[in-house]
Amino acid sequence: MSKAEGSQSALRAAGPVAEALLGVSILLVVGAAIIFVAMMVLLALALRRRTGRVNEGWWVIGGGVAFPVIVLSGLYVYSEWNKPPWRVAPPRDALIVGVTARMWWWEVRYRDPRSGAEVVTANELRIPVGRPVYFGLSSADVIHSFWVPSLGGKMDMVPGRVQHLQLQADRVGVWRGQCAEFCGEQHARMALHVVAEDPAVFDAWLAAQARPATIGPAGADDATLRRGREAFLAHRCNACHTVRGVSEERSLGPDLTHVGSRLHLGAGTVPNGPAQLAAWVAHTQQLKPGARMPSSGERIDDADLQAIATWLSHLK
Amino acid sequence: MPDAPPHRLAPPAAWLAIGAFTVFTGGCELRERDPPHAAADAAQVQRGQRLLAQYQCGSCHSIPEVASARGHVGPPLAAFGRRSYIAGHLPNRPDTLARWIAEPAALVPDTTMPSMGVSAGDARDIAAYLMTLE
Repeated sequence: MSKAEGSQSALRAAGPVAEALLGVSILLVVGAAIIFVAMMVLLALALRRRTGRVNEGWWVIGGGVAFPVIVLSGLYVYSEWNKPPWRVAPPRDALIVGVTARMWWWEVRYRDPRSGAEVVTANELRIPVGRPVYFGLSSADVIHSFWVPSLGGKMDMVPGRVQHLQLQADRVGVWRGQCAEFCGEQHARMALHVVAEDPAVFDAWLAAQARPATIGPAGADDATLRRGREAFLAHRCNACHTVRGVSEERSLGPDLTHVGSRLHLGAGTVPNGPAQLAAWVAHTQQLKPGARMPSSGERIDDADLQAIATWLSHLK
Repeated sequence: MPDAPPHRLAPPAAWLAIGAFTVFTGGCELRERDPPHAAADAAQVQRGQRLLAQYQCGSCHSIPEVASARGHVGPPLAAFGRRSYIAGHLPNRPDTLARWIAEPAALVPDTTMPSMGVSAGDARDIAAYLMTLE
């Protein structure tokens, strides 16, 4: 992973919306700096020159009225011209993605183009490069805010409302998004990584996500995986987590159908992997204090814990 | 300062009001709450305490009398028998509590408490135990 990947910076624009915002920001900062320096130079000249008169009328009308009117009118036209497309309806070719914020994670919903079925995943956004993505944003509890600085935004996520935002990624990459409205104890660990891929790679990913969970790749159908799945059910992990094809009881927590395919666990808290998965299940409250998931290290024995982590890592 | 207007009720009216209040509160609250407290037999209470550990309630709730219950994800259950409400707004009665334990989302759809697969009978035992926590 290069240094720029997974970054969270509005100065590294990766799409038209972020580029427009960055352009306006640079113009404002540079323009304000030039005007400030010019004013200081004028002030220095005025203090040095003790004699002589200036044309007061020219300076007051020219500098106090004409100059601001011209500059601000120009800025207004420029910013209107560069305004990101806040649309009430998505363009025809857009990918539509639903994101529901929860304390403190993200539920992400796609529609499978083949079957029309809803595909639910969590804490990671995959989008195709070069295609507009139209987000429907809402919240299930308190007000959150959707912000991926490298792509643009931000937009508040308000319970009982669906807000819209249209973004686009122009190159392949991984960027970090972050809840941008203080929403409680784990607001800081409520990250949403965005993975932009070539359209063909994205289509294959979405088709894989639409499939229910399988026990694992061919040949890996061994005892550990079976034990992991049985332990997952025996310890009632499925009381909160859905694994499509295994248990679809409730979705209080993130959908784990393809959890092994994600980059991070706990909404960006730790990188994903079998060891980290076991640590996450055992020490949830140490890794993310206050999260709505209890630490299970004391009630699940080590062999079951490892089996659950191995099985979940196989759900790709 | 002007004299305060006379506030006192005539004695018969006052007694009537007190009587009506007693009958009203007794009718809707105390009469339903008292018997289950007293009626729950020791065996049921003990069974409830054991089931509470079996269903792993303690991974989210702390209960002073149960050693394995030290979770802090959900609210602590100390002195639950004295509480007026379940989940902030359901009246705390044994029958309601048993339904809540068995299927929380059926009573409060957006609750974060999961259904742990507790049978109706087991839920009644657990509720009986929780009602004894003073």
